[in-house]
Amino acid sequence: MSRLLSYGDAINEAHRIALEKDPKCFLIGQGVNNPWFVGRTTTGLADEFGAERVMDSPVSEAAMTGACIGAAMAGAHPVVFHPRMDFMYLTLDQIINHCASWNYMFNGKINVPIVIRGIVNRGGEQGAQHSQSPFGIYANIPGLKVVTPATAKDAKGLLLAALRDPDPVIYIDDRWLYEVEDDVPEGDYETPIGRANILREGSDLSIVAASFMVKEAIEAADELAKEGISTEVVDLRTIKPVDMETVNNSVKKTKRVVIAIAEWYFSSVAASIAEGVYKEHYKELHSPVELVTLPDAPAPASQSLEEAYYPDRKTIINASKYVMQYG
Amino acid sequence: MVQFTVPELPVLENKKGIKKETILSMLERMLLIRLTEQRIAKRVEEKKVFTPCHLYIGQEADAVGVCFALRDTDYVFSTHRSHGHFLAKGGDVNELFAEIYCRETGCSGGRGGSMHLCDPSVGLLGSSSIVAGTVGIGLGPAFKSKIFHEDNISCIFHGDCVPEEGIWHESLNFAAVKKLPVLYICENNLYAASAALKDRRVNDNIYEVARAHGLHTEIVDGNDLFAVNSAAMDAVERLRNGEGPQYIETRTYRWLGHVGNRDDIDVGLRSREELDYWKRRDPIANLENKLKGEGTVSEKELEMIHKKIQEKVDIAEDKALKDPKPSPDTLLRHVYSKEVMPV
Repeated sequence: MSRLLSYGDAINEAHRIALEKDPKCFLIGQGVNNPWFVGRTTTGLADEFGAERVMDSPVSEAAMTGACIGAAMAGAHPVVFHPRMDFMYLTLDQIINHCASWNYMFNGKINVPIVIRGIVNRGGEQGAQHSQSPFGIYANIPGLKVVTPATAKDAKGLLLAALRDPDPVIYIDDRWLYEVEDDVPEGDYETPIGRANILREGSDLSIVAASFMVKEAIEAADELAKEGISTEVVDLRTIKPVDMETVNNSVKKTKRVVIAIAEWYFSSVAASIAEGVYKEHYKELHSPVELVTLPDAPAPASQSLEEAYYPDRKTIINASKYVMQYG
Repeated sequence: MVQFTVPELPVLENKKGIKKETILSMLERMLLIRLTEQRIAKRVEEKKVFTPCHLYIGQEADAVGVCFALRDTDYVFSTHRSHGHFLAKGGDVNELFAEIYCRETGCSGGRGGSMHLCDPSVGLLGSSSIVAGTVGIGLGPAFKSKIFHEDNISCIFHGDCVPEEGIWHESLNFAAVKKLPVLYICENNLYAASAALKDRRVNDNIYEVARAHGLHTEIVDGNDLFAVNSAAMDAVERLRNGEGPQYIETRTYRWLGHVGNRDDIDVGLRSREELDYWKRRDPIANLENKLKGEGTVSEKELEMIHKKIQEKVDIAEDKALKDPKPSPDTLLRHVYSKEVMPV
């Protein structure tokens, strides 16, 4: 059975199922009961499961995250969330030098089954330090898995899969998607980590997207269809390890690709995927691979600059038409 | 600047009435650390060991005094200077030598090296070469114990430069406010790499700052096995009673320089007088003299112990040198727990 559920409520439901079914699971983060920090994604959980398992934290991102990493090393299954990814930089030593390296550095003796949930919270003239979505930084770190759900169904399924994964998973959700609804199965299920999903089939062009840009890609595909361009939309779902097989199978069919991920351009996940596409298809491509990303600039505050800064449906359509003009 | 002063020689008063058998076990463990480190220092000098070794000679009473107050099921996190903690908590000396020679039989399979040792079977969940790295993750097992009502404690060894890092303050406050069963051991050996304590702090007051964060704190002579062990036992009892995090600063000294076999005196980082003073305060020789003086052990018994431990070290090193190095075929193994499809 499934029903329409919002992305934010789907995350809440996944947390609830995890806390119900996994006695080793706990949840911590700043503003756990604060709707301005995390929307409805944790609403009611502290009441239901008690303040011992669902709790707020001192304003100490590094110690809080470190405590959860260490708890996972000792066998717990923590979820630690950061209401804005900008503040997650304060934890990078704990995440990169410790969490991500531990299983390798100790020859597989100590794994770290933790979920670190980073929330992208941008727009509204918040400026450079309250807007970031640095996917590539985490995807660059060996030992981490990084998931970026685009639909309510996968927001729930990926969170449950992440919690049951033996390795650290960076789970990145986007507040611009919190009110988007889609069909979400009831009960317990997992969206497999490391598998992309073809959301729409097409034959002329592939748009490979992640997180919020998947929604924009679907809308772009609708408009492109009106102009007779048949567009395939690949939702990456996981950006590390990325499912190049599904991407390349799509490009094999369409011979044209736009990669749309709202992250900084240089040294990005999108650039790595482009390399993976060229390596496989450099002889068959009808056009250069086109990337739709953020410009290489900090996020601005003024709305007039924000509109120029964030790529959307229109940016994807323009990129798609540019690719199609090669014939 | 140095305000806390240690007595001319360690007092070594057995206030807790520790039995001879346990005292000798602790002495043997201290000797195992000493003789292992001396052997490694020699091999570093001979350029036969390459992984950067931060040796523990002079501080043996700290690791042993603390770890003998813990259970196997209690957790320990260590630092770049990790050999002593590994052996004190019950790690296998064969696996240590194999790791020093970066063999596949090492405790970390040759992927860690000298600074990254572990033995989860005795609660050593790893050592980190990042200054203050473990004051974050070291909270974890205690956090788990608190949430799920278990009685294991988490012990974090750290050096005297760690309170200069921001996360130390976060960690202490987090542990205090959540009342976590964490035992912090600050081994204050007066130096951070080449920088002396007096050049890094205005006051010699690390334990007082810990107290200001809401922890129960003690400062002890780190070259006095009984003082360290007694303080650790008291702290562990308070932890098991749910009294919140405990902090012990030990005042001690490493005989060698920051890394390797040199003493750093020739380059002016420390003085000969200072080193001689601390060598007179040798935690092992002073303990042996006391035990002999009061008739607890004979000269002959001590000789036997030294011989036994030396043999153990010899065998461990010989074995390690015969063990294979990790195969390049295994390079990408353990990046994740299970093999993941290549990108």
